[in-house]
Amino acid sequence: MAGDILVEMRGISKRFPGVLANDRVSLSVRAGEVHALLGENGAGKTTLMSILSGLYRPDGGEILVEGRPVVFRSPRDAIRAGIGMVHQHFRLVEPFTVAENVTLGLDRPRFALHLAAVEQEVARLGDRHGLKVDPRAQIWQLSVGEQQRVEILKMLYRGARVLIMDEPTAVLTPQEARDLFTVLRQMAAAGRAVVFISHKLQEVMEVADRITVLRAGRNVATLEKAATSARELARLMVGREVSVSYQRTRQAGQEVLLCLEGVEAMGDRGFLALRGLSLRVHAGEIVGVAGVSGNGQRELAEVISGLRPTLRGSIRVGDTEVTGCHPARLIACGLSLVPEDRLGTGLVPTLTVCDNAILKCYRHPPVSRGPFLRRGEIRRRTRVLVEEFAVKVPGLDAPVRKLSGGNLQRLLLAREISARPRVMVAVHPTRGLDVGATAGVHRLLLEQRDEGAAILLISEDLDEILALSDRVVVLYEGRIVGEMPAAQASREEIGLMMAGIELPKDAGGGGQA
Amino acid sequence: MDWVLAVSICQAAVTAGTPILFAALGEILAERAGVLNLGVEGMMLVGAVSGFLVTVRTGSPWLGLLGALVAGGLMALIHAALCVGLRANQVVSGLALTLFGTGLSGYLGKPVIGVPAPSTFRTVEVPVLADIPFLGPVVFGHDYLVYISYLLVPALWFFLYRTRPGLHMRAVGENPAAADAMGINVGWTRYIYTVAGGVLAGAGGAYLSLAYAPTWLENMTAGRGWIAVALVIFAGWNPLVALAGSYLFGGVDALGLRIQAVGTVVPSFFLSMLPYIFTILVLLVSTRGGRRLGAPGALGLAYDREGH
Repeated sequence: MAGDILVEMRGISKRFPGVLANDRVSLSVRAGEVHALLGENGAGKTTLMSILSGLYRPDGGEILVEGRPVVFRSPRDAIRAGIGMVHQHFRLVEPFTVAENVTLGLDRPRFALHLAAVEQEVARLGDRHGLKVDPRAQIWQLSVGEQQRVEILKMLYRGARVLIMDEPTAVLTPQEARDLFTVLRQMAAAGRAVVFISHKLQEVMEVADRITVLRAGRNVATLEKAATSARELARLMVGREVSVSYQRTRQAGQEVLLCLEGVEAMGDRGFLALRGLSLRVHAGEIVGVAGVSGNGQRELAEVISGLRPTLRGSIRVGDTEVTGCHPARLIACGLSLVPEDRLGTGLVPTLTVCDNAILKCYRHPPVSRGPFLRRGEIRRRTRVLVEEFAVKVPGLDAPVRKLSGGNLQRLLLAREISARPRVMVAVHPTRGLDVGATAGVHRLLLEQRDEGAAILLISEDLDEILALSDRVVVLYEGRIVGEMPAAQASREEIGLMMAGIELPKDAGGGGQA
Repeated sequence: MDWVLAVSICQAAVTAGTPILFAALGEILAERAGVLNLGVEGMMLVGAVSGFLVTVRTGSPWLGLLGALVAGGLMALIHAALCVGLRANQVVSGLALTLFGTGLSGYLGKPVIGVPAPSTFRTVEVPVLADIPFLGPVVFGHDYLVYISYLLVPALWFFLYRTRPGLHMRAVGENPAAADAMGINVGWTRYIYTVAGGVLAGAGGAYLSLAYAPTWLENMTAGRGWIAVALVIFAGWNPLVALAGSYLFGGVDALGLRIQAVGTVVPSFFLSMLPYIFTILVLLVSTRGGRRLGAPGALGLAYDREGH
């Protein structure tokens, strides 16, 4: 499998304002291999590959394709040299069809579009590579997995010999991920090269031939898979030993703190996104909601927190009926939300650390007196929060958009937890955070559980759900299709349910309405 | 209402709708590429006065039209430079250009206010077709500019939906990041179609001063540029619907004038308001529920590759 070197990057550096994203990084990719690029969030993997695909221009270093130096001014140049990238966030035009997306940006035919020919070719490529998708379907009608196939087809249609995949499994079910691995292996076997960006050790060990580890923008090592282990990779990636196991200290209580019954709600597209969803969370319990994104996760969090109207069904917090209540009333009931979009919904980017810290309690004394805010009290409180939760801030009066992802989330959690919530809804609480920050957030959530809060954890990361939850429910097309204690949950089973496949024996009775 | 009056109102609807149609087609081009151009009103005014001035100088309405196209295009070039080149706020830039265009056209046109055009676009009946009852005079009893606008509508539709440059332009307006990743030059594309949109707004202005009025009056567009902007939303960014919409507005306009001419107890101010009231009603209906069906996904948003 050790073919000729297709692409070589030498001493690549890239600086963004305030960060050195790549510091003299080198990488060589051979024909016929799946080459994993492993590293934590912020290690510079995506930046490096964005340079290789012509999206960013390097500040230093050189790129050679089949031994010849090249300069890419735009993605077009890279594609012409046979290098194509599938971004983590797909670059697809939603109202366009598959064929239209595939033909986008090409030179020929020059004027009139001959979509029929493109459709045929897409179907042919799809058959040959195991990437089945209807060329005439519009993108928004496709599942995330299908959209990913379109992205790959786009590159194959252009004759890409080097395919870069940026964290391709983040949005897939385990089964879809396995199918993808098969496709990637086949492509490598046919002489192409695949660069696979990931921070997940398991999948890297599963699919890669060689692995290059990056840490803090630098090369750490390049290893043959056969000559390494997941443990060694973890150590190289993080720079220290990590353990990922949590102790369960207390049993969940009996009291139901959050109860949803037959809840229906519209999604943004005007279709029903929640279809009769029922769910209970007890005091001192974490319930993990597993599911492929887009199955109602966001809508679920929003109906509970009063940001989206409930069409049918009821929501209760403790004994209080809160269906259709204003968020202010929900906050008073002890509900807390850690939203998906921390800098949009969770915090106000241009406001200061102080102002963000009091967003939930500014109406009440002692933070305010009548219509006036008490700045001294606010500063004192914020200082305590920042210290207690170890939030690194440039200053209490700095706008929060200057904080890093981990510190943003800590500040958000500090605010939410200091309100002593009875019910907490956490959506993707560790998305985009590195290993250290993730562990910190996990610890805070577990502490809240031990304090007796009911926590609904909505996450795309199955490992996170299995590690933290007491109970796991699976969300599929706006319904809970399965439920099981986390201790008895298998990734296999959850994965099947995430894909909408009903299991013959239902482990926990389910919450189907 | 008798037959002759009906024919005359419908014919006037086409005439009154044509300047709006030109401007709306131009706005569709710009917005489909993702650039909101609220300077249409100003661009029409500058087009109208330039067209008129050139015609007065040269005696040729065709050269006047050319002048109007260039003037509209130059105004739009300012918009493109600000919004695409410098990533300024598109709403602010557009409003500023409307104010600028109003002032500039007023200044340039001072010497020629009320001067009759030495030569205008005259009605040229299409042989044979013009003899068809009703349709003949309504559709084929106009000047060349109207016929050009007829051709422009299907041409634009074909361009948008059936050609590669059209596909690329729509991709830039829907998802510039995707277009960029596929090697389409987002900035360049937006420049081209913003300027093309201004050129068409200029044509709309020229129609007012060289065929509809035909003379120069300060602020003679009287909000038609704004109606065009609203019409684009009503039309769902589709040139074919924009054609129907333009004539609908033209009809309301013409109707108001006819009723005034006939004499009625309704104050004339109210009748002159009709097109604007109609605009508000149409927008209320077509955007109810807060949905803007068919709106380009990246409309009004500047694109910056390395900044998120």
